[in-house]
Amino acid sequence: MTSLVIAEHDNSELKDATNKTVTAAAALGEDVHVLVAGSGAGAVAEAAAKISGVSKVLHADAPYLEKQLAEPMSALVTGLAANYDAVLAPATTTGKNFMPRVAAALDVAQISEIVSVDGPYTFTRPIYAGNAMMQVQTADPKKVITVRTTTFEKAGNDGSASVESVDAPADPGLSSFVSENLAKSDRPELTAARIVISGGRGMGSKENFEIIEKVADKLGAAVGASRAAVDAGYAPNDWQVGQTGKVVAPELYIAVGISGAIQHLAGMKDSKVIVAINKDEEAPIFQIADYGLVADLFKAVPELEAALG
Amino acid sequence: MKVLVPVKRVIDYNVKVRVKPDQSGVELANVKMSMNPFDEISVEEAVRMKEAGTASEVVVVSIGPQQAQETLRTALAMGADRGILVKTDDTVEPLAVAKILKGVVEAEGPEIVILGKQAIDDDSNQTGQMLAQLLGWSQGTFAFKLEKQDGELTCEREIDGGLQTIKLKLPAVITTDLRLNEPRYASLPNIMKAKKKPIDEKAPGDYGVDTAPRLKVLKVTEPPQRQAGIKVEDVAQLVDKLKNEAGVL
Repeated sequence: MTSLVIAEHDNSELKDATNKTVTAAAALGEDVHVLVAGSGAGAVAEAAAKISGVSKVLHADAPYLEKQLAEPMSALVTGLAANYDAVLAPATTTGKNFMPRVAAALDVAQISEIVSVDGPYTFTRPIYAGNAMMQVQTADPKKVITVRTTTFEKAGNDGSASVESVDAPADPGLSSFVSENLAKSDRPELTAARIVISGGRGMGSKENFEIIEKVADKLGAAVGASRAAVDAGYAPNDWQVGQTGKVVAPELYIAVGISGAIQHLAGMKDSKVIVAINKDEEAPIFQIADYGLVADLFKAVPELEAALG
Repeated sequence: MKVLVPVKRVIDYNVKVRVKPDQSGVELANVKMSMNPFDEISVEEAVRMKEAGTASEVVVVSIGPQQAQETLRTALAMGADRGILVKTDDTVEPLAVAKILKGVVEAEGPEIVILGKQAIDDDSNQTGQMLAQLLGWSQGTFAFKLEKQDGELTCEREIDGGLQTIKLKLPAVITTDLRLNEPRYASLPNIMKAKKKPIDEKAPGDYGVDTAPRLKVLKVTEPPQRQAGIKVEDVAQLVDKLKNEAGVL
């Protein structure tokens, strides 16, 4: 059985999500190949060749692949899929965008956001925002899978695969890239951070989020927010952790002024250690926190910052 | 320009879902059902296009049991013009849904199809993209802002780390994200009016689609539960525990 993993990257850097997806692919069977599709992404292909367990890297380079738009990506991947038993991509906004097109072109079901590989044809995936887990078995000849990367370990980087150039089919020309507005930050990316500190409605204002940001900077942590805080305008949308935001599973998650709505828990309950700081001792967040501190956050958070030296 | 909006009947988002003891699925009996929240955003966007004069007609379609008619009535009360119910009591997977919708598109000839980015029951996030592929159309997923010019649609999208703007050739498939708009509540007069709007009834077979599932559900279980830990007295004790007990600082 040979699997093809579609690399997540920005043409200069290979993202960890790729290594995690390789781990899921390796659980399916012997051979794992990686496709790097981009523009001027040679360095990314070289990096992908070092992922442990990868035996070959396919590198497709074309100007219209720069932003990995859905239409050219699905044309490329569908063509390559003929040689593979399974195609996997991380369940990022890029993977979620083109993978269902590939599945439809191949006339197979897509298995979305798997959290475990239970056998060559059997997978578990969350439904109802993680309030239930569904184990499914596919009868399709080919598997098209997106992978929830937070639940798979990163594959190492001691491999030495060959890199082979592949031609991309012509641009279908249905869509074109105009611009991008990416949040600039020196902090680690939410989904990749070792520590995440998040604020909820209890923060009270956008300005008050600064006390959390100060702790984040001392810990080298990413900053997150609950949907309530985002809806109230205290924090930007791309900080949102939860069912409708990002799913994170860091080593340490600190929830500040977050009550713990199911919506939010769905996005962080797989964190290794959870700390909750809330003045309401009945807040549901305490039912899943490893360490709970019932306190006024405006007193506790600055104290925490000071204690971290 | 006609706009087609598919809507799905799902467990209301406020209901805490319960897994059935026999692990065959989640409990649906006597549970409040509503329109998928992302589909409400799709209906709202289409109705706004009509109010702005960009769209001439808004057609809503639902694939599901007889009760899905209530979901269609909700959309009609929000301002859609007419409905199509593709009636089936079977579970229909995203690929089969996309195939049925392709048939509806071919019969209705819309220039834009607007769907929710995912349904909050199976969380698949597939149908819109699959439909776009089957039709050979462009797609703008996770839409944050839409603007139509001559023969083109500018779509601002929610992506990991920020926003991306793309231009789409029409016809196009759009999937909606949370911040695209805030859906209206239907007023009582509009709910009354909606009762008189037409709903056509069809079956998957009318579109020549086989809805047999490709995936076999082996079991549905509760997610692993976390145990509550301990309460600490103060910040000093918290930092001590994180350093010396959990070893994460």
